Amino acid sequence: MTTALFVVLAVTAVVAGALVFRVDSMARATFLLLLSFLAVAGLVLMTGLQYLGVVIVLMMVIEMVVMAIFMIMYMMNPAGLMPMSMFHNTRGAAVIAVTTFVALAGGALLVDWPVRGGRPAADLTMALGESLMGGQMLTMMTLGVTLFATIVGTVVLAAGRGRYDRLGDELDAPASDDRDRGGVGR
Amino acid sequence: MNLQAFLVVAAALVAVGLFGALTQQSIVMLMMGLELLLNGVVLAAAAFWYFLAPAGTEGQVLIVIVVTAMAIEMAAGFAVTTAIYRAKRIDMTDDAAELRG
Repeated sequence: MTTALFVVLAVTAVVAGALVFRVDSMARATFLLLLSFLAVAGLVLMTGLQYLGVVIVLMMVIEMVVMAIFMIMYMMNPAGLMPMSMFHNTRGAAVIAVTTFVALAGGALLVDWPVRGGRPAADLTMALGESLMGGQMLTMMTLGVTLFATIVGTVVLAAGRGRYDRLGDELDAPASDDRDRGGVGR
Repeated sequence: MNLQAFLVVAAALVAVGLFGALTQQSIVMLMMGLELLLNGVVLAAAAFWYFLAPAGTEGQVLIVIVVTAMAIEMAAGFAVTTAIYRAKRIDMTDDAAELRG
């Protein structure tokens, strides 16, 4: 039963992931990627990590829906009404991908892995929380600062015109330089 | 169901993601390849935790880090896509060749 479930989830994850680059529609590609993520979340749940498995499900559902919006913003052919092929350097990439797979899978199968050491904590979520708020606090703080830097960086990148465009490098322009009248100036 | 089976599936996800990231012309599709690649890393981390060192929490912390990296990658990627599209009306990687050596 467990093996059957594992095989179904594993095949779903890989096949859906491969189909992402085969289908003609951006929307279908996004939701196939979501299916692949959900299958991996199922596999993570099978290892007993309920909290992280559910976090992956919730995060990926939201992430893929946001991605679908950007897909439709930036992509030709969002609905898949025409055949779509957007590959470059397929042969070289295939060689690299197959080589990577052979190296990784060969390593996984050939390495003499150590035996399982220790037992899982009774409450894994509690153990993770205590770890993040204790010994792994530096990791947590680094993640927090990185996420904050991402927020600032993405806003700066995505904003069309910021205050330095409007008010000059020293922010001391007598009137704001706006394309349209009615902006909030000084 | 053992460590090797999990790692082979993770290797397949990494390889498919790498193929997508290398072949796709669209910047958004390229990012989907990167996400798929990191998806394999999540699976491998869970498998390593479960089959080798279930007593510690390092494997779980690694999953938290990778999931955060996926979110950051997508946010930063879309910001760059927005910036380059706003500047040059480009949404394909082949057109964005300023840094070509």
